Amino acid sequence: MWIDYLVWTLQNLLFPLVIPVVLLTGVILAVWVERRGAAFIQDRVGPNRVHIFGFRNAGLMQPIADALKLLVKEEFMPEKADRFLFFLAPALSMIPALLTFMVIPFGDVLVLGKYEIPLQVADLNVGVLFIFAIASLGVFGVVLGGWSPDNKYSILGGLRSSAQMISYEISMGLSIIGILIVFESVRLNDIVQMQGDLLFGFLPRWGIVVQPVGFLLFFIAALAETNRIPFDLPEAEAEIVAGYHLEYSSFKFSMFFMAEYVNMMVASGFIVSLFLGGWQIPWAPTEMLVEWKGPLVAAALQVGMFVFKLWFLMWVFVWIRWTLPRFRYDQLMSLGWRVMLPLALANIFVTSIVPFVLGVY
Amino acid sequence: MIQAIFFYVFAASAVVMALAVVSARNPIYSAMALIGCLLSVASIFALQSAHLMALLQVMVYAGAIMVLILFVLMLLNLSPQELGERRVTVRRVTGAYLIGAIVTLLMVRLTKHLWAPASALDPNFGTIEEVGMILYTKYLLPFEMVSLLLLAAIIGAVVLTRKEKGDGQ
Repeated sequence: MWIDYLVWTLQNLLFPLVIPVVLLTGVILAVWVERRGAAFIQDRVGPNRVHIFGFRNAGLMQPIADALKLLVKEEFMPEKADRFLFFLAPALSMIPALLTFMVIPFGDVLVLGKYEIPLQVADLNVGVLFIFAIASLGVFGVVLGGWSPDNKYSILGGLRSSAQMISYEISMGLSIIGILIVFESVRLNDIVQMQGDLLFGFLPRWGIVVQPVGFLLFFIAALAETNRIPFDLPEAEAEIVAGYHLEYSSFKFSMFFMAEYVNMMVASGFIVSLFLGGWQIPWAPTEMLVEWKGPLVAAALQVGMFVFKLWFLMWVFVWIRWTLPRFRYDQLMSLGWRVMLPLALANIFVTSIVPFVLGVY
Repeated sequence: MIQAIFFYVFAASAVVMALAVVSARNPIYSAMALIGCLLSVASIFALQSAHLMALLQVMVYAGAIMVLILFVLMLLNLSPQELGERRVTVRRVTGAYLIGAIVTLLMVRLTKHLWAPASALDPNFGTIEEVGMILYTKYLLPFEMVSLLLLAAIIGAVVLTRKEKGDGQ
């Protein structure tokens, strides 16, 4: 049947191709949110001049102009650079960023007659670990980007960044173990499904409700992993000029730049799925929505909810960036190892002991 | 069919990458090739439905250990002069001969089982639940002993790098 082939194509070819495109388009929007958000917080107007035939659209044309500028700028390569690795590094930071979004569910399984279409590229039974494994590869792009141009500032930026990413990866990994204990699954879709339950009959059983400390630690670690202020030491322009992407220009620079925003979107999507109920609309389970307006509307509403939550978190990222100053390097390290790590361990301990005290087992 | 194609692709890339590890002149390239080799092996694990093993391979070896190795290599930043010339020594020839012999022996042993009939896997094979159950029941003692060993290594590393008060500076 041709419709079988259609469904198969949708699941196996369309989603994996469309998701990166959506993410990269999201980068344009993210840059706009960032620049206009910065202006809003600093009480100025921000970019609003670029227009196509007078169509300004609140500065939304600005990122397109930025992208064009980056594309046509001169490509520069330092004389002593290691050419191959210099080319490889931006790709190595872009690919893991795009790959990690593949296991994040953006809607409940869409049931159309006898067809079941999961709104997710790959429903792995090790989904959470997949994100960690692939995200840990992103550090190579930064390390090689710092080393290959043979510049002391960029190598300092690369070393700082990798030390930071390794340190906070540990607290990040430990901070979600509480969530895994509570929801008893590593499959992201199961975790989201279970967040549709209600606690005491009215409170959505979101990760943030059952694991507030875990959420806080994970959120801070996510800020550090994406190199955002207050953890943007890898590029601290006042100390090491621009860090690991100092020698990059034109499209290679924009690859690093886009990877940062894609990483932010992945981090937001991951936080939403683990702690903020994913695609779940509070107090409105899938069955209710399907009964109300049919499966397609239900799926659209859930995807919309997921997108809304994701962009809310993106806004929080921007909000934090333009509100807080930067950490000093020793403060960064002592926060990671002396505060976050013990807290994460304590969180695991408390989470695993509470069910016994309450007599759940 | 598709699985077989992917297997051969990843197997070939694992072998090519492994050869690149030992033949590259620049240690950074060796390290990069080793990452490629580890990723290929992880992909083969994933094809054999050992998803957890595949991800642990990527997370622990490719993601963590290789970063540290790259760190050290970059801080040493060896120039071509320091690396010395490519020479053929008795030691190297012997090593190559021994490795060749071991690989040949292994191949001979393994090909005996190559045509064994494929047995159906448990659907839970390789899942986190299954691996966890086995680790905490059948292999509990070795598992705990390994964790003690790792703890000793961690404490050792902390003790070695710790500065006594008034030491240095």
